[in-house]
Amino acid sequence: MENDKNILEVRNLQVNFKTYAGDVKAIRNVSFDLRKGETLAIVGESGSGKSVTTRTIMGLNARNADITSGSILYKDQDLLKKSDKEMEQFRGQDIAEIFQDPMTSLDPTMKIGKQIAEPLMVHKGMKKEKALAQALEMMKLVGITDAENRINDYPHQFSGGMRQRIVIAIALINYPEILIADEPTTALDVTIQAQILNLMKELQDKISTSIIFITHDLGVVAGMADRVAVMYAGKIVEYGTVDEIFYNPKHPYTWGLLSSMPTLDSSGDELPSIPGTPPDLLDPPTGDAFAARNAYALKIDTEQEPPFFKVSDTHYAATWLLHPDAPKVTPPAQIVARQKKYAEMQQALVAKQRPSVPVEEEEEQQ
Amino acid sequence: MAKYLAKRIFYLILTLFIVITLTFFLMKLLPGTPLTNQAKLSKSQIALIYEQYGLNKPVWQQYLLYLAGAVRGNFGTSFQFSDQPVSYLLSSRIGPSLQIGLQAMILGVIVGIIVGAFGAMRQNSWVDTTATVVSILGISIPSFVLAVLLQYYLGLKLGWFPIAEWGGFIYTVLPTLALGATPLAESARFVRTEMVDVLSSDYIELAKAKGLSRTGVIYHHALRNSLIPLITIVGPLAVNIMTGSMVVENIFSIPGIGEQFVKSVLTNDYPTIMGLTIIYSFMLCVVLLFTDILYGIVDPRIRITGKAN
Repeated sequence: MENDKNILEVRNLQVNFKTYAGDVKAIRNVSFDLRKGETLAIVGESGSGKSVTTRTIMGLNARNADITSGSILYKDQDLLKKSDKEMEQFRGQDIAEIFQDPMTSLDPTMKIGKQIAEPLMVHKGMKKEKALAQALEMMKLVGITDAENRINDYPHQFSGGMRQRIVIAIALINYPEILIADEPTTALDVTIQAQILNLMKELQDKISTSIIFITHDLGVVAGMADRVAVMYAGKIVEYGTVDEIFYNPKHPYTWGLLSSMPTLDSSGDELPSIPGTPPDLLDPPTGDAFAARNAYALKIDTEQEPPFFKVSDTHYAATWLLHPDAPKVTPPAQIVARQKKYAEMQQALVAKQRPSVPVEEEEEQQ
Repeated sequence: MAKYLAKRIFYLILTLFIVITLTFFLMKLLPGTPLTNQAKLSKSQIALIYEQYGLNKPVWQQYLLYLAGAVRGNFGTSFQFSDQPVSYLLSSRIGPSLQIGLQAMILGVIVGIIVGAFGAMRQNSWVDTTATVVSILGISIPSFVLAVLLQYYLGLKLGWFPIAEWGGFIYTVLPTLALGATPLAESARFVRTEMVDVLSSDYIELAKAKGLSRTGVIYHHALRNSLIPLITIVGPLAVNIMTGSMVVENIFSIPGIGEQFVKSVLTNDYPTIMGLTIIYSFMLCVVLLFTDILYGIVDPRIRITGKAN
């Protein structure tokens, strides 16, 4: 997996938060790659460690965070070995971030032009006039109408969607290699969501940045991401291309997530939900953290942590169900339908090249 | 803006009118008379004096006469000092009071901002704890207690500063310290709370994500946003200094209006009481107007003349 195409390589990351009650193990051995130009979605419910992962990459964790192991390689440099001062060079220059709530993420007392221009002045040592001229260009690029007149306006004079465009302009002004988008559309209403997502896609092509897209909204992922990593209780439990995750999910947690998402052809009266609550990360359970909520849990799930099993070259899942000795289980009806659709897609694709065996049976241990 | 100012000045005059009216009638309820040695005077002498000062007329007539004079800028003659017009008496005394008051305000607020900001930046460290203790002491110790302590230790024991009287900058140091303690403590506490709030806000997070240094974040984003709410307490702080000055000026024998106010109330010097009340209310109104305008200047969200969105 390691090759020149990776712009970011996160390896065996472990982050604890020191609290009075003890150490909260927020990130438990997370590894992933971000390839140049791709969008990687990290999906999971609240508290699964998505945001902590990106905060760690940015070097912006809370003071009680303790990174106990791991490395984050960016251009042959380990970001975890950088001092606070050195990290300032990367932030806003190589790695930028878009935050969740545009209503609160802009300084209420600073003109937006200056807020957009600030990263230029900080990193490029640009004079204010020149930086503002460039900020104006960026405002036009992110689709702020009448940018010339609005550059001296304050955040409160803009709507939520416009403010998120400004936040995007701030993030992209230095053409960062990596853009972290932490639930960038959660606080916006649905019509604006689509606009912002389209804008991000469009700009990604224009300035060729790689995006880490954090969300709990699978509906958003489908249209945005190239690859998806599913996080649960501080771990990645499954990752693969967006098609693989959506149409051929292997981890029961991914099944649960997908089943609880309404689709056009979902039938029945009630939307399924995953029973129970995520485990307490002060004292994570042994074995598979999802076992307690998992209807398909095996005995071994409560005893031993499942390794990643290879599903395809790009698709891995950490569940004992993929072990050759595991009993065959039938996933929820909705997932079966998805897998059937996926198998048909694969067959259609493969039929063009050579006769093939169904994808379903290609499972093997890593 | 001009329209807004005109409106505010109209309200200022209205406020002064109400204050004059209320004070006038309340003052007449004060026990005692302006006469120093009533027992030694005969009835006819008293009547004569009363007539001279117009005190024999019904209260409502006195009130109307006072208003008529005040509108023309005639605030009467002091009862305590013969032939001293109130306007002259007070204008010669307002200087020291203003100097001490402004010094105390500026010193208190500036030092308070520094103490509060450092406390917030090093939250829960010894700096923060010290700042908190200083603010609690500053708020809970009355200025007159502090005045006496300063007088005793810095003035008498160490001899660094004159104990009392008035004669130059060195004489203003102790009263300024005594009066400045409360504004210092109040603004330190206020700035700390605001800054802790601001520092955990999303836009500070974004500023850090831009790659700004720690000091850059504080200077460009945190400070301004934490200081805006401080403007709201400038009015109450001014009141605090004005009331504090009445006692503190007495302790340090400063020939200011605060000291005069106490004397005038004790001697039922009606015209001087009225004059001083007007001065105090006027100063407070001006401070409030000033803070409102300042608010609009530093906070774009409540600017009076802004482009409509």
